[in-house]
Amino acid sequence: MLSIKNLHASIEGNEILRGINLEVKAGEIHAIMGPNGSGKSTLASVLAGREEYEVTEGEVTFKGKDLLDLAPEDRAREGVFLAFQYPVEIPGVSSTNFLRTAVNQVREYRGLEPLDAVKFLTLMKEKMKLVEIDQKLLSRSLNEGFSGGEKKRNEIFQMAMLEPTLSILDETDSGLDIDALRIVSNGVNQLKSEKTATIVVTHYQRLLDYIVPDFVHVLYKGRIVKSGTKELAMELEEKGYDWIKEEVDSQATV
Amino acid sequence: MSKDNSILEELTSKEYEHGWSVNYEADEAPIGLNEDIIRWISAKKEEPQWLLEWRLKAFRTWLTMTEPEWANVHYPKIDLQALRYYSAPKQIKKSKNLDEVDPELIAIYERLGISLNEQKRLQGIAVDAVLDSVSVATTFRGTLSKLGIVFCSFSEAVKEYPELIQKYLGSVVPMTDNYYAALNSAVFSDGSFCYIPKGVRCPMELSTYFRINAANTGQFERTLIVADDESYVSYLEGCTAPSRDENQLHAAVVEIYAGTHAQVKYSTVQNWYPGDKEGKGGIYNFVTKRGICAGDHSKISWTQVETGSAVTWKYPSCILKGDYSIGEFYSVAVTNNYQQADTGTKMIHIGKNTKSRIVSKGISAGKSQNSYRGQVQVMKRADNARNFSQCDSLLMGDRCGAHTFPYIDINNPSAKVEHEATTSKIGEDQIFYCNQRGIATEDAVALIVNGYAKEVLNQLPMEFAVEAQKLLALTLEGSVG
Repeated sequence: MLSIKNLHASIEGNEILRGINLEVKAGEIHAIMGPNGSGKSTLASVLAGREEYEVTEGEVTFKGKDLLDLAPEDRAREGVFLAFQYPVEIPGVSSTNFLRTAVNQVREYRGLEPLDAVKFLTLMKEKMKLVEIDQKLLSRSLNEGFSGGEKKRNEIFQMAMLEPTLSILDETDSGLDIDALRIVSNGVNQLKSEKTATIVVTHYQRLLDYIVPDFVHVLYKGRIVKSGTKELAMELEEKGYDWIKEEVDSQATV
Repeated sequence: MSKDNSILEELTSKEYEHGWSVNYEADEAPIGLNEDIIRWISAKKEEPQWLLEWRLKAFRTWLTMTEPEWANVHYPKIDLQALRYYSAPKQIKKSKNLDEVDPELIAIYERLGISLNEQKRLQGIAVDAVLDSVSVATTFRGTLSKLGIVFCSFSEAVKEYPELIQKYLGSVVPMTDNYYAALNSAVFSDGSFCYIPKGVRCPMELSTYFRINAANTGQFERTLIVADDESYVSYLEGCTAPSRDENQLHAAVVEIYAGTHAQVKYSTVQNWYPGDKEGKGGIYNFVTKRGICAGDHSKISWTQVETGSAVTWKYPSCILKGDYSIGEFYSVAVTNNYQQADTGTKMIHIGKNTKSRIVSKGISAGKSQNSYRGQVQVMKRADNARNFSQCDSLLMGDRCGAHTFPYIDINNPSAKVEHEATTSKIGEDQIFYCNQRGIATEDAVALIVNGYAKEVLNQLPMEFAVEAQKLLALTLEGSVG
């Protein structure tokens, strides 16, 4: 589904990603872990098409298409979803209005009829149950005055509404208490299917107790320096990142 | 930045939708401004002597006045002697029976999306259509007159309701009020008049649609709305003009009188030609709008969505004379390219327990300058006056400007006056967030701007609100990358 080859990206002349290689197939969950500043969020942003990052080398194909060639909105319409680490507030625009615009633009791109108000609300009700989100939250201005947990839950709700094929969760666990973490993870697990894939970007192993990854990759200094299975995450939880840093840094000096 | 620029270029190639004009055989005054011209206009309109005298008095006062320079707008001096002060289609008949209006004139309005055919028209809105210097037609006069409501062109009102005109003309905006009001008083050619009798709630929206068509002609019209005790009316105003390289002057006067327990709601969607991307051409929109809450418990509410004009200079105001009277001002002013807007309001609290509310939302894009200028004045006698003002500015890009000039003048210690102001920028973060959900940038901007202006747009009558939303999106199309 997603194939990343030798991806280099920089911001304001600083190279953050220095040759990422990653293959993600349908039905898989990949966890990207790593110390602060290793490039995890940058990778998520580059995949979603954030302007500030310049891709200097490498290629990314998504469902056979050159992902880097697509505008951010077209990436979304093709089925790439990014759950933001810091969801943005849009005053005066209700979640409902926002999502209806989004859902119908995505549908138009996919050659589907727009949903009328009744069908849209029915779909919303159905998905609301999935992520245990309150109707009241959705009639308020998007993310404005939402608590950290509400914002993250709203991200997963949007994901449920847009039905992406590739979901990228950028530090979705940060700022969540244990109950919110459970609800958010539940949502993600229920949305998982044979046809979709998920990339979970996280600093801590905690989230992976709820969203069990098939593969775990450790990002350090803009490269994937170690890949493994769930056990690798456990090992990181126990030993921290220092041993990997040392391993990599000593190799570099050789 | 690079994307910013490319989208800005795209925007500038966007055509102003109503920029066309038609050729009609015109009945026009000679170019220039002097007493003879004023006599010419007055004679053309077969006006009574008192009105001619009134005009001449205004003109003589105007000659002693100088153009105001305090507004935060810059434009070359207008040569008022090079303008034409009257231009009307020859087809205009004396009879105002709708069936007899020249189809060519009706077609002009059809093209603007304003149907003058009462059957085709959405029920609920009566229109007075003003083309250059004259009213072309007024719809639903019959229906309204059954309720005693007068709704007609100003010229007809002068003939048919001289006592009302004589009583109220210049009673809210005196002829000597300011430079442009005085000029208007001297040369005004037409406009709308509306009278709502005591205890009547006007069952439909009344509206005036102003269209400038002729070149080198100024449009000077007056609107006078009189709401007698315990009456209610909602009034709408729309305006467009052809795209021309020369600037054109539009100097209108709107006067509103509200009696005891009367309520008047006045909404404007102003879409005059704003000039091209280089700042060439466009309308100079120098307008005086004022209402008086003369009776106790009366209310006047101004709502304006300003998207057009090269230069706007406009402060719809309320004189809160009656006790417990309420004044409101809701405004969204958008400027793009080289547009300049200096707009706001004046709330003058005279009566006791008077209240005013000001919500101003400025949006600046391109190289435009957008100023809010507002005055809250509480007079000595106005015990317990309350005012709340909120002035927000939204900036798009880094070459535009937003300015706020609040003036507060309090002469009564029991007054409570609150002022809140914010300035924000449409964030790339917000746009990217929308993009990431599949929403195209243009639609994202529209969504964000409409959210920002929601509080004001909510004040507009339904159909107008939808128009205004589209207009906001269109004016700002492509102004953020």
